[in-house]
Amino acid sequence: MSPRRKKFLIAVADHSLLIVAAIMFLAPFVFIVLTSLMTNDQALSSRLWPDPFQWGNFAEVFHTAPIWRYAFNTTIYAVLATIGVLVSSIPVAYALSRLRWRGRDVAFILVLVAMMLPFQVTVVPVYVLFSKLHLVGSLWPLIIPNFLGDAFSIFLLRQFFMTIPEEYADAARVDGCGELRILVSVFLRLAKPAIAAVALFEFLFCFNDFFGPLLYTSEDPSNWTLSLGLAQFRTIYQVQWNLTMAATLLFMAPVIVLFFLAQRAFVEGVTLTGVKG
Amino acid sequence: MSPWIVGFTVFFGYPLVSSAYLSLTHYDLLSAPRWVGLANYRFLFEQDQQVWPAVRNTLWLMAFAVPLQVLFAFGVALMLTRARRGVGFFRTVFYLPALAPPVAATLGFVYLLNPATGPVNVILGHLGIEGPLWFNSPTWSKPSLVLLGMWGVGNLMIIFLAALIDVPRHLYESALIDGAGPFQRLRWVTLPTISPVILFAVVIGVIESLQYFTQAYVAASIATGQAASESAVNLGYPENSTLFYPVLLYTQGFRYFNMGYASAMAMLLLAVALTITLLILRSSRLWVFYQGAGRR
Repeated sequence: MSPRRKKFLIAVADHSLLIVAAIMFLAPFVFIVLTSLMTNDQALSSRLWPDPFQWGNFAEVFHTAPIWRYAFNTTIYAVLATIGVLVSSIPVAYALSRLRWRGRDVAFILVLVAMMLPFQVTVVPVYVLFSKLHLVGSLWPLIIPNFLGDAFSIFLLRQFFMTIPEEYADAARVDGCGELRILVSVFLRLAKPAIAAVALFEFLFCFNDFFGPLLYTSEDPSNWTLSLGLAQFRTIYQVQWNLTMAATLLFMAPVIVLFFLAQRAFVEGVTLTGVKG
Repeated sequence: MSPWIVGFTVFFGYPLVSSAYLSLTHYDLLSAPRWVGLANYRFLFEQDQQVWPAVRNTLWLMAFAVPLQVLFAFGVALMLTRARRGVGFFRTVFYLPALAPPVAATLGFVYLLNPATGPVNVILGHLGIEGPLWFNSPTWSKPSLVLLGMWGVGNLMIIFLAALIDVPRHLYESALIDGAGPFQRLRWVTLPTISPVILFAVVIGVIESLQYFTQAYVAASIATGQAASESAVNLGYPENSTLFYPVLLYTQGFRYFNMGYASAMAMLLLAVALTITLLILRSSRLWVFYQGAGRR
């Protein structure tokens, strides 16, 4: 055995547990991809390898369901909600971390409570409210609350703002900056990673959200998002597993692409939630 | 500050009070709420045949799924810290499934685990094992959901990984000098140092299991082959085994429009969530170790 080969085999043996685990984590993706390329008959048989490869499934999905419509609705929801969360949560997080005012600690505890409680606790009256405003069936009930703050984002940003040394703000104050200017030109610049993480999380939350769209848009299919549309896909259109898996892949793809584009922001953001707590 | 105060009042303070009030009424959204006193609670505790399965399933999730996921995420993170090659590659592989949207992941798993032609049972069949009915079996539906949860454990794993890397090296070195073996180092150095992160993982896990909805709802409706919006009939398929508390609450409130009853359910959930969170935080004093004076 050549020394190089031996070295390679030792490395494999050394990491054998990791390799087995990695294969198990990848296997679902592999099978979903394989099935998405099968003909319907193959998908219903116990064969695992597509023969022939039917690439047309992906195009077929777009004919079977209004995917573009769903994608458009999802984008509207995710983009507007993300903007809303940033616009509303940054000032609150700033006030909670940097400004001194009476009741600040109480307010922070309320943020924590709001973050910890299951959302089902408040869902009935909020639904009633939107139903009285005749907004049930549209995307607005999903978007509007974000413009009024989101506890998790506020918490995350506040934790990050706390780590920015007070001296920076003081220096800006000496130079004659108002609080708003300090927030914009000092904090926002320093807090870029945290803001990116909050935006990313909110975007992903909306993209993945199922309960919200199910609750508010079920009755109007023209406002369905991708997650709702996909959940109905197999059943409403009586389509096959191969198309369902193709649709599933199409739904996963944007997130995975986003991950590879913004890998650092992801990992930093996730770490931020866990360690800074 | 003010938009948030408005938001907090409109979307949190008011609903909380309103939920409490509605829980004492009969309300179907069409006619005005009618005062019924404690009737909803009486029905909840004494008559509703579905509450007990829903509570039991949710408790099952807390007792089995949460510890399993925490252990698993911790184990994977631990393996990653030991790896010398390809750490970046492995980390990506383990993290990727966490990105799959829950609806997509659930659909994928219902397919992978479908009893007749799903790849998992096909492979088990080649090995001479007759696979279970997974999502179509009352015994196996919850374990199937646990598998799905373990596949998506990436976020927790990243958090553990960051914490493990942060464990001060000198602690290991002094343990080594004192003659501690690998297991002892894990028990007396690693675990105490990262115990705040374990606490965090447990609290998050418990909160999430109290809200567990999407995967259960989608899996049940796909496995029965019914449209998700009409699956109220197949609620908790098979045989109530995936009927979790939030699924029941959703059905009562937004399929049957028993808003008053759903509010009573929400109030019970609130009480339970507060109690459990407090209990965990209380007990944490016994086993969580904060480095230095306090939290970082």
